[in-house]
Amino acid sequence: MEPLAADIVACPDCDLLQRVPPLPDGGTARCPRCGRTLAHGRPGASDRMLALAVAALVVFLLANAEPLMRLSTAGQEVSTTVLGGAREMWRQGERTAALLVALFAVVAPFVYISAMLAVLLATRRPPAPRWVGVLLRWAEVSGLWSMVEVMMLGLLVALVKIARLASVAPRVGLFAVGALAFLLAAMSAGFDPREAWSRVRWADEGGGAGEALR
Amino acid sequence: MRGGAPTAARAGVVPCGTCGLLSRPAGAVGPWTCPRCGDRIASRRERPFQDAWAYIVAAAICYLPANTLPVMTTRTIKYEEPSTIIGGVVYFYESGSWFLALIILVASVIIPLGKLASLAYLLATTQRRSTAYNRERARLYRLLKVIGRWSMLDVFVVAFVVALIQFQPFMSVVPGTGVLFFAAVVILTIFAADSFDPRLIWDAD
Ligand SMILES: [Zn+2]
Ligand SMILES: [Zn+2]
Repeated sequence: MEPLAADIVACPDCDLLQRVPPLPDGGTARCPRCGRTLAHGRPGASDRMLALAVAALVVFLLANAEPLMRLSTAGQEVSTTVLGGAREMWRQGERTAALLVALFAVVAPFVYISAMLAVLLATRRPPAPRWVGVLLRWAEVSGLWSMVEVMMLGLLVALVKIARLASVAPRVGLFAVGALAFLLAAMSAGFDPREAWSRVRWADEGGGAGEALR
Repeated sequence: MRGGAPTAARAGVVPCGTCGLLSRPAGAVGPWTCPRCGDRIASRRERPFQDAWAYIVAAAICYLPANTLPVMTTRTIKYEEPSTIIGGVVYFYESGSWFLALIILVASVIIPLGKLASLAYLLATTQRRSTAYNRERARLYRLLKVIGRWSMLDVFVVAFVVALIQFQPFMSVVPGTGVLFFAAVVILTIFAADSFDPRLIWDAD
């Protein structure tokens, strides 16, 4: 396979070949054919992204260690964590659904944050080692299945539902989940996988920028 | 645009599905590997619509039990009351929380049905090589990829209600099989959207 010049891209949505120009700060390149966003101009984005990822990791640990809400009725007190929701479903026999909740709410976000952290650190000084490519693929897949923002809304609905039956108070974990939802959204909006790939060492050592066509 | 827009396929170059690098195939026969990321490069799917249709049909089949089977059952000393997704919508509406009723209705009914119908529409029009409303169809596809996950809402609601309402023997809530089918609908529609190649919309252009 012979690589083409690096600044020519094919739109992933409509296949149109085009050159992405250097973008001004805050500028956006859109495909003229289908309207898909192709690139953002963000100088210093990698430092900002790293700060977001570190914050997301801290908030993730908090969201999973702390109780989400506590309720009391008839002299009993109950509280739950994110995994507590999955554990109770598992105990009540809905095992597949319990595993899916754990996967979408805990495992996928954790893999996403860890992979992104490693990618952002490793691409600071290009060319990044080959394993960064593997992590970029992990980040893409885990990002697709990470549903913290959906869980956040689910928690709020559950809170209202439960408030009819018992007195319920939100705890630290709930606020942490809310913050995590925002941090993850900011991460996936600000990250440019194409740019990250351009910093990874090529699989075909002989190829690379030197032999690019035109 | 007669003669066609300058696309990668027409220029004889292939974008890598993993890292996006464009390269020119070294020989007429594959398999090729991407010089940058080392992944295998497929030119295009051979039967591009089959997988997506299969996922759509499977999701539509799961949608029925997802809405008719209870997603949870409330048990008290006196009674046992199963509730479905629609039951939850009605419950919130009647108790005055029309806003929450609306959120659940949108997430659990309108989004999955809309996603299924829209995907079927995209597949059907693309299969007929329609060139009408290409930009709108491309936009619809991007929207579908973003909103599908919100249908998992009720699964999370059930998980947390079940985890917290455990006051045996006075009142407890157990999850129902409807949850499983509901999660299946969400996963299958995500797979369906993922297996559709939006470039097909433009191939006839
Ligand atoms: Zn495009
Ligand atoms: Zn590649």
